[in-house]
Amino acid sequence: MSLLDNTALRALVTGVFTLLVLASIAGWILSRRVTTGAGRTTVENINARIRAWWVMALIFVVAVAAGTVVSILLFVLISFLALREFVTLAPTRLADHRALFWAFFVVTPLQYYLIWIEWYGLFSILIPVYVSIFLAIRTTLAGDTERFLERTATNQWGLMICVYFVSHVPALLTLRIPGYENQNATLMFFLVLVAQLSDVFQYVWGKSIGKRPIAPSISPNKTWEGLVGGIASATAVGAALWWATPFSPGGAALMAFVITVMGFAGGLIMSAIKRDRGVKDYGALIQGHGGVLDRIDSLCFAAPVFFHLTRYFYTP
Amino acid sequence: MIATALAAACRLISGAVVEWHCDPDAEAQRIYFANHSSHLDFIVIWSALPPRLRRLTRPVAGRDYWDRGRIRRYLARQVFSAVLIERRQSGSNTVLGAARAAVRDIGHAMGERHSLIVFPEGTRSVNGEVGPFKSGLYHVSRLRPEAELIPVFLENLNRILPKGESLPVPMLSRVVFGPRLDATGGVDKQQFLTKARFALMQLKAKA
Repeated sequence: MSLLDNTALRALVTGVFTLLVLASIAGWILSRRVTTGAGRTTVENINARIRAWWVMALIFVVAVAAGTVVSILLFVLISFLALREFVTLAPTRLADHRALFWAFFVVTPLQYYLIWIEWYGLFSILIPVYVSIFLAIRTTLAGDTERFLERTATNQWGLMICVYFVSHVPALLTLRIPGYENQNATLMFFLVLVAQLSDVFQYVWGKSIGKRPIAPSISPNKTWEGLVGGIASATAVGAALWWATPFSPGGAALMAFVITVMGFAGGLIMSAIKRDRGVKDYGALIQGHGGVLDRIDSLCFAAPVFFHLTRYFYTP
Repeated sequence: MIATALAAACRLISGAVVEWHCDPDAEAQRIYFANHSSHLDFIVIWSALPPRLRRLTRPVAGRDYWDRGRIRRYLARQVFSAVLIERRQSGSNTVLGAARAAVRDIGHAMGERHSLIVFPEGTRSVNGEVGPFKSGLYHVSRLRPEAELIPVFLENLNRILPKGESLPVPMLSRVVFGPRLDATGGVDKQQFLTKARFALMQLKAKA
């Protein structure tokens, strides 16, 4: 419904699907032109990524169009799948079992329920304050002190990244921005679009002219050329989309800049965790991309900052 | 219906990545033998099979657990048509007798077209290590020599639903179906069991 009523959102959705059609055509041409072994592997991966983008875009658009409840439910599912990947890599022991059960089946739904009833005062402190206290108590009661500090800290950080940070995406739907009533879905779309486009731009710039790695010990694929090109392109796109947001063109550019910088940092942090745990991807759910966490790493770290900047500067 | 819903719920909890090193769709009757660490084990294997073969594949499970309580009995008998066998007996004569009866029951349960899922360790491991195999697998394979023996390695299920816990914690897991175990030739019982266990352990390294 909201999708049909809202011209800005309709324009963004049309833009995304136009982009995907172009990407699919480009991928098809590449697959016919490239014949060398290494090149073929890259092209096949690119095409797998594009196909996965179609699926992800469709799911996201349908959820956004279906309204607040379905949007929130989509992010409940994303948090659930992300936490599932995170906990797989955590050094858990039997004594963490009950605490983790709470994390999945009580804390995660509760966090999103608080967003649904728009209780900002509690959803913004539930996990950092109350859950961190409660889960530490629950784990302590289990009585196992082996690697206790590492286990409790890892589980808490997993909840922060996979549930708390991610929940700030649909939390945008609760903001009351004067002059921007009933258009918050568009703002959420803007955040996700800029964060994901920034990833794509960094990938494309990095693959085509990337030379100097930023942090070779963490991720050899992240280069200065890719970063600068990605940030510049995504910021430009964000600024060009200012009409869909409550921001001025300059404000939209700044917001897009913050989203891309935070997104880059998020990608690097999540890569550092993967390096530490000795894995290449968090999972294999999304063809060509890896796991859910591999896809949303930048969004995780951009969402809370974007949410609070918007809340501070644009709501009374 | 219920089976499919359970399989879907199980996938959401276990996020199993399935790897095949043999033909998933083979017509032959098979005995899938796997390491055992969780009550989810057989559902995970069952839902990793091609849908056509699921109906033909029966898990072998302990009667003492699966025949207790209405829900468990319903699941075991109606949904998964499990082959329930006696595990606990007192007195050595009855143990031997019960074991013989169990092997006979299992062989009988395969009939003309059914495959089996068995856990040759006989009980769930707590730490995820693969324990020694009981002799049941050997006797069943002697009784049904034409059945293909397929090792199945399960990873991480002991963390998802460990022994002693009744509620699962979602994590990613892995199911590796190995190549058929070659059990021909005059192998004696102990050699056979060592060989079968080794074939299973080797799948752990396969990624």
